[in-house]
Amino acid sequence: MKRVVITGAGTVNALGMNVPDTLYAMREGICGIVPLEFRDVERLTIQIGGQIKGFDAQNAFSRHQISLYDRFTQFALVAAAEAVAQSGLDFTEELADKSGVILGTAGGGISTSDDNYRAVYEEGKNRVHPFVVPKLMNNAAASHISMGYNLRGPSFTVSTACASSNHAMAQAFEMVRSGMAPVMIAGGSESMLCFGGIKAWEGLRVLSRDACRPFSANRNGMVQGEGAGIFVFEEYEGARARGADILCEISGYAMTSDASDIVMPSKEGAARAMARALADAQVNPNEVGYINAHGTGTMANDKTECAAVIDVFGTHAKRLMISSTKSMHGHLIGGTGAVELLACIMALRDGVIAPTIGYQEPDPDCALDVVPNHARDARVNVALSNAFAFGGMNAVIVLKALQA
Amino acid sequence: MSTKDQVIAILADQAFLDPSDVSIDSTLEQLGIDSMGVVESIFVIEEAFDISVPFNANQPGISGFDITSVASIVAGVERLRAEQA
Repeated sequence: MKRVVITGAGTVNALGMNVPDTLYAMREGICGIVPLEFRDVERLTIQIGGQIKGFDAQNAFSRHQISLYDRFTQFALVAAAEAVAQSGLDFTEELADKSGVILGTAGGGISTSDDNYRAVYEEGKNRVHPFVVPKLMNNAAASHISMGYNLRGPSFTVSTACASSNHAMAQAFEMVRSGMAPVMIAGGSESMLCFGGIKAWEGLRVLSRDACRPFSANRNGMVQGEGAGIFVFEEYEGARARGADILCEISGYAMTSDASDIVMPSKEGAARAMARALADAQVNPNEVGYINAHGTGTMANDKTECAAVIDVFGTHAKRLMISSTKSMHGHLIGGTGAVELLACIMALRDGVIAPTIGYQEPDPDCALDVVPNHARDARVNVALSNAFAFGGMNAVIVLKALQA
Repeated sequence: MSTKDQVIAILADQAFLDPSDVSIDSTLEQLGIDSMGVVESIFVIEEAFDISVPFNANQPGISGFDITSVASIVAGVERLRAEQA
């Protein structure tokens, strides 16, 4: 089996248009959740979200490209450009022949669907733009990245709701580890902040109207976000040979299914995912210093996740740090694990633990060190990224600081 | 049909019971309506009475709409109908 490292990272999200700005915001505990702005927003009861303001698509892309790129594709392409540039990789014919792209998304081009349904149903139009289908399809972002870098190996899109990008990154990791691909571009992208996207979520009555306060006793739900996180996963020996700057090592993962309820989380499913990920990474639970929680800010998720952490880590659960950066960037659904992986990299590489902001009242059901409100300096050698999706589909990734 | 009878009919339908088997003092738990069933019942109530029910599944206790029993739901619907008329 090959060792796998991350040599490039890129993002666009409510905290920043790139990785340095995002990590700065995470260190400072800045909240990217703002009043939503889009057509018909006044008809929604939910008025806040981690919406990206000031993203200049006109400047980043040509008019022809914009006619083909839904916002989720635009985010993915901008993030991929940052990640590939940082990696310093030159995708030669031979390398590109075997390298691919695996991304997660839940909604795909949902705003394209929304706009065009509005045109035909509400406005009574009988004609839509010819590129509606290639623009809205869930694999559009992965396809455009593969085209942009001439990547001709395995590429596809994974859709497992809130765990999409963790499932995508786990799969990409496995391909590099097994030797199937020397390099994989992996991550996720989401842009669900449109009238139809939020209206659908309103129906479930699990969104907060004021803030995302994970683990706080007065938490009242999740807040949606948008954006992308994209990484370059590379086989370690190759990365070392070319002198790449290695951000961290990926040392294992696990995926489990609750097989119980379509929306309610299961402690057992989450615990099995964490325990198996540690076993896959050959890591002792006591070595884990930080967990980037799924931490949605709903009553059900946060207490279930904390109980699962206690099951897996025992007495060490009280010593490790666990935070939810969704409090800052919102829940990016299919892209969330990818943006949250940045917090794990910051912990391993910079020794800075991103906080859970908006924390106001201790909850006895979430009595762990949730790094409330302020970032913390700490040495961490192993970090976990949790994602537990609707549908009971879980994916946990284990990252390690690079040790030669 | 009175508000009470309509609410009972909606909850009975959700619980797969005959309306005559739903007493005004029943709790939703006794009727076998789980959290998803609660959210769905509130949606049906909103549609039937053309009202907006303030209900957050994360804070059922302090949502301003008491779902502890059939009686409390009927009272809540009557209040909202008067307020939102």
